[in-house]
Amino acid sequence: MKTLLAEQNEILHSHSTVNDFSIEVATVNGSGSQSSNTVLMRSLFHMGIPVSGKNLFPSNISGLPTWFTIRLNEKGYLAFKTKKEFLVAMNPQTAIEDVKGLIKDGVCISPAELNLKAIRSDVIHYEIPFNDLVAKVTDNFKLKKLVINMIYVGVVSEILGIDETEIEKSIKAQFEGKAKAIELNLKAVQIGSSYAKEKLTKIDPYKVKRMNKTHDKIIIDGNSACALGAMFAGVSVVTWYPITPSTSVCESLIDYLKEYRMTDDNKATFSVIQAEDELAAIGMAIGAGFGGCRSMTSTSGPGISLMAEFIGFAYFTEIPVVIFDIQRVGPSTGMPTRTSQGDILSAYYLSHGDTKHICVIPASVEECYSLTIEAFDLAEQFQTPVFVLSDLDLGMNNWMSDAFKYPSKPLNRGKVLDKEQLDKLGQFMRYKDVDGDGIPYRTLPGTNHSLAGYFVRGSGHTEAATYTEKPQDYVNLMERLNKKLETAKAKFLPKPEINLNKEAKIGIIGYGSTDFAIKETIDALKENKVNTSYLRIRSLPLNSDVGDFVAKYDKVYVIEQNRDSQMLRIIASEFPKIAHKLTSIRHFDGLPVDALNIYNQIIANCK
Amino acid sequence: MASTTNTVNTNKLGLTLNDYKGSPSTMCDGCGHDAISSQIIKAYYDLGIEPHTVVKLSGIGCSSKTPAYFLGKAHAINAVHGRMPSVATGVNTANKYLRLIGVSGDGDSASIGLGQLCHLIRRNVPMVYIVENNGVYGLTKGQFSATADLGSKLKNGVINDLPAIDICGLALELGCGFVARSFAGDPKQLSVLIKAAMSYKGLAILDVISPCVTFNNHEGSTKSYKKAKESEIPLHELGFVPYFEQITVDYEPGSTVDVEMHDGSHLRLKKLDRNYDPFSRQNALNTVLSAKEKGEFLTGLLYLDESHKDFTTIMNTVDKPLSALTEAELRPSPDVLESIMAGLK
Ligand SMILES: Cc1ncc(C[n+]2csc(CCOP(=O)(O)OP(=O)(O)O)c2C)c(N)n1
Ligand code: SF4
Ligand SMILES: [Mg+2]
Repeated sequence: MKTLLAEQNEILHSHSTVNDFSIEVATVNGSGSQSSNTVLMRSLFHMGIPVSGKNLFPSNISGLPTWFTIRLNEKGYLAFKTKKEFLVAMNPQTAIEDVKGLIKDGVCISPAELNLKAIRSDVIHYEIPFNDLVAKVTDNFKLKKLVINMIYVGVVSEILGIDETEIEKSIKAQFEGKAKAIELNLKAVQIGSSYAKEKLTKIDPYKVKRMNKTHDKIIIDGNSACALGAMFAGVSVVTWYPITPSTSVCESLIDYLKEYRMTDDNKATFSVIQAEDELAAIGMAIGAGFGGCRSMTSTSGPGISLMAEFIGFAYFTEIPVVIFDIQRVGPSTGMPTRTSQGDILSAYYLSHGDTKHICVIPASVEECYSLTIEAFDLAEQFQTPVFVLSDLDLGMNNWMSDAFKYPSKPLNRGKVLDKEQLDKLGQFMRYKDVDGDGIPYRTLPGTNHSLAGYFVRGSGHTEAATYTEKPQDYVNLMERLNKKLETAKAKFLPKPEINLNKEAKIGIIGYGSTDFAIKETIDALKENKVNTSYLRIRSLPLNSDVGDFVAKYDKVYVIEQNRDSQMLRIIASEFPKIAHKLTSIRHFDGLPVDALNIYNQIIANCK
Repeated sequence: MASTTNTVNTNKLGLTLNDYKGSPSTMCDGCGHDAISSQIIKAYYDLGIEPHTVVKLSGIGCSSKTPAYFLGKAHAINAVHGRMPSVATGVNTANKYLRLIGVSGDGDSASIGLGQLCHLIRRNVPMVYIVENNGVYGLTKGQFSATADLGSKLKNGVINDLPAIDICGLALELGCGFVARSFAGDPKQLSVLIKAAMSYKGLAILDVISPCVTFNNHEGSTKSYKKAKESEIPLHELGFVPYFEQITVDYEPGSTVDVEMHDGSHLRLKKLDRNYDPFSRQNALNTVLSAKEKGEFLTGLLYLDESHKDFTTIMNTVDKPLSALTEAELRPSPDVLESIMAGLK
C-alpha cells in the first residue's frame, strides 16, 4: 500500500482539485465544534488561500443540527455554494441527508459506525473510529465531547494537506492563554492526523496548496465590523435589546469600547444601555441624539417593527440616530437564524405618514465598517434617522477582507449652534431652512443662551418650533424634509458601485451581501459569452445614477433576497419610465445566495 | 393718578416669575394640570434654576402638553405616547448635568407607558417625574385609565370594574427612593414636594391627583375636586428651605423632622395626627395598601431614601457630559485600529 503522502503527490500531478471546493462540517450545536471549525478555516487562511466560513445554525442553544461551511477558492469567490465536495458528517441525526447532499465523487469523513457507505456508493468514504481515537486523548467524558471535534481537524488536514504548523498556530491563537486546552487540542489533532497517515489511503482529488492571496488580509464577521465602524465613528450612546442576528453588533461593540474607550482613571467615554425592549432602545437612542451624542441601536426585523412610531417621530422632529437592522427571515419570528433582505421596504419607509429614511447598505465586511462611519456622519449632517441595512449572512459569518483603513475625514457633527454663534446671530429658529439645503440648525440642551431652548414635538410645528395646524405650515415642513433628502442623495449619500462592460446589453442590479454571488455569476456569464454590466446600490434614497444605468440596457435583472422584489419596486417607483426593463431574480429560502442559482435563473430568462 | 413705580420681584438669578412661564395654556378652564404647571413655574423660580439647564419631557395627553406652558426657555421633548421615560434616559445619558422634569398622565404612565415607567424606576434615572393623575384619558375624551378606582363612575354612567394601578404603590415596590402623592388643589404642599423632588438625586415620583374638569369631575367620580378636597388626609405638614437660604430652627424639636437633601436644601416634615415615618419602605407600602383598601386619599411624602445609587453613578462615565466629548476623545487613534487589524490577520 502506498503511503498517504506518496498518494497525495501522485494525485497532485494527475486529476487533483486544488484550492477550489467547499468543506461542510455537520455537527450538533452546543458541541464545541465552533473552535475546531475556526481552527480549520484560519489554518487555510494562513496558508494564503481565500476562504469564507459560514455557520448555518438553528434557533436553539443545544442539541440541534448545525453546519459549518468553509469555502476555499483561489479566485477569491466567497459566496455560499449549495454543492458540497467535502463533508465531515459528525451528526448522526442528519448524516443521511448530509451525505446525500454531496456531489458525485465527493468526500465523506464519518464515524465508522454510521455506515454511510450504504447510503452513497458514488462518493469516497473515509471511515474513522472517532470514539476509539478520542479515548486516547482523554478519559474525561465532558472533554471527550469537545475534543472529538479536533480529531476531525487532524484527519481533514492530513487528507487535504493542510500545513501542520498552521494548525498548531491556529490552535494556540484559539485557546490563547489556556495552556492545558492547547495541549489537549494539539494532542487530539495529532491523533487524528496520525490515524489518517497510517490507516487511510488517499483516493480523492482534493488538495490544498499554499498561495499568497491572503497576505495583509483579515478575517472578521460583519457585525464586529459594524461595531468597529461605530467605535471609530465616535459613538457614545449604545442602546439595545438582544435579538439574533444583531446581538453580536452590540456585544462586540461593548468589548471594543471597554478596551479602547476607557480613560486612564477608568471612566467610560460611552454608555451602553441594555433596554427593556426595542421601544425603549430607540427612545433612549433618540433622547441621546437630541442631547448631542452619536447614538445607535441595533436590532432585526421584529425590533424594527416595534421602533416604527419612534423612528417616524425622529424623522419628523429631526433627531439624528443610527439604527442597525441585521436582517433575518420574516415575517414575524420567521426563521430567526436564516438570512434575508426582507426589510428593505419596511425600513426605508418605516412609520406612518410620509416618511422616508436614509439607508446605507454594506456589501462586505469592509463596508460594514466604512458605511457605518458614514451613517453616523449622515445622521448628524441631516439630523435624521439613518439605517445600516446588513443581514445575517454578512453579519454573523466570517469574511476575508483587506484591512480596514483609518477614517480620512473628521467627524461631521452637522449644523449645531453654540452660545457664541447664537450671540452673533441674535436669533434662532429651529426648523428654518436658512441655507436653502433643507437642513435647519439645532442647539443642544444645556446651551447657556436664552435663545437656545426649543420645543420638540411630534405634532405639527412651525419654523420656530411652536405648535401649528395651519395647512401651509404642514406642507412647508413636509416639503423641506423632502428637500433635505434630495440634498443628501444628490451629493452626500454613498454612490452606487458601477462596473460597465462595453459589450453588455444586459444590466444587473444588486445590493448588500448578494454582491459576492453576483460577482461570481457575472464571471460565469461572461465565460458563457453573456456580457453584463453591474450596478450595486449602496444607499437609499436612490440617486439618478440608478435610473441612468437602467436606461442604457435592454434588460436589467434586479437580484435580491426577498419574495416581493422590494428593491425593484423602489427602483420602479422612483424611475417609472424605465420600470418595464426590470426583471426580478429572487432567492429567499433563508440560505445565502448561491451564484449557480442566479446564473441558472438568468440563463433561463435570457433564452 | 397712582404712581407706577416698578417693584418687580426677582429670584436669586435676577429673573422674574415671567421668565419661568411658557406659552399660554390651552387646557380647559379649571383643569388640574394648569394648577400643577403654576407650581412648577413657582418652584423653578423660587429655587433660582437657570432655565437652560432644564430639559422638559412628556409623552402624549393633555397633561403631556403642559411642558409648553412653563419654562419656555428650556429645551423640551414632547415624545410619543407612554415612552417619555426612555427618551429621558437617553437625554440624561447624553448630558448627566441637565435637570430633567417629566410630566405625564395616568394613561401615559399607567396604561401604555407602564413598562417604561417601571424600568425608569429600576434604573433610577435622576429626574422629577410628575404624573398628572385624573383617572381618565382627557385628550381622547374621557375613557377610563388604569388608575381609575374600582367602582368609579364615568359621566355617561359607565362603572369601572377593574382595580386601579396605584402609581405610588408601584414605585415603592420597584424601589423608587422618592415617592410622593399630592393634589392639584393643595398648592402649598405640592410646591414643597416639587422642590424636594428637584433637590433629590435620583428619580422622584410625584403622583398628583389632577381633576379633569371636563370628563371626570362629576358626582360618582373618585378623582373630582370635591371628592379629593373632602377626603385628602395630609400625612404631615411640609416646609422647604433651599440650600441658599439661612436655616432657622423655628420648629419645635420632636414635632418636626428636618431632612437635609442632596443639594443641601432642607425638607421639614411636621408631624400631624398619624406620626408618619417616611423613611421606612415597609411602612410606606403598608400605608399605601391600607389607604387603598379604606379608600383614603393620603398625601405627602410617602417615602424618602437618599442612599440609592442613581443611574449616572452606575454608568461611570467621564466627568464631562458625553455630548461634550471631542473627536479626539471619541475616535480612538490609528494605532488602535492597526493593532485590532493585526489581531484579525
Ligand atoms: C400610540 C398612541 N395610541 C393612542 C393615542 C391616543 N391618545 C392620545 S392621549 C391618550 C390618553 C392620554 O391620557 P392621559 O395620559 O391620562 O392624559 P390626560 O389627557 O388625561 O392628561 C391617548 C390614548 C396616541 N396618541 N398614541
Ligand atoms: S379634557 Fe380634562 S384633562 Fe384635558 S384639558 Fe380638559 S380638563 Fe384638563
Ligand atoms: Mg389622564
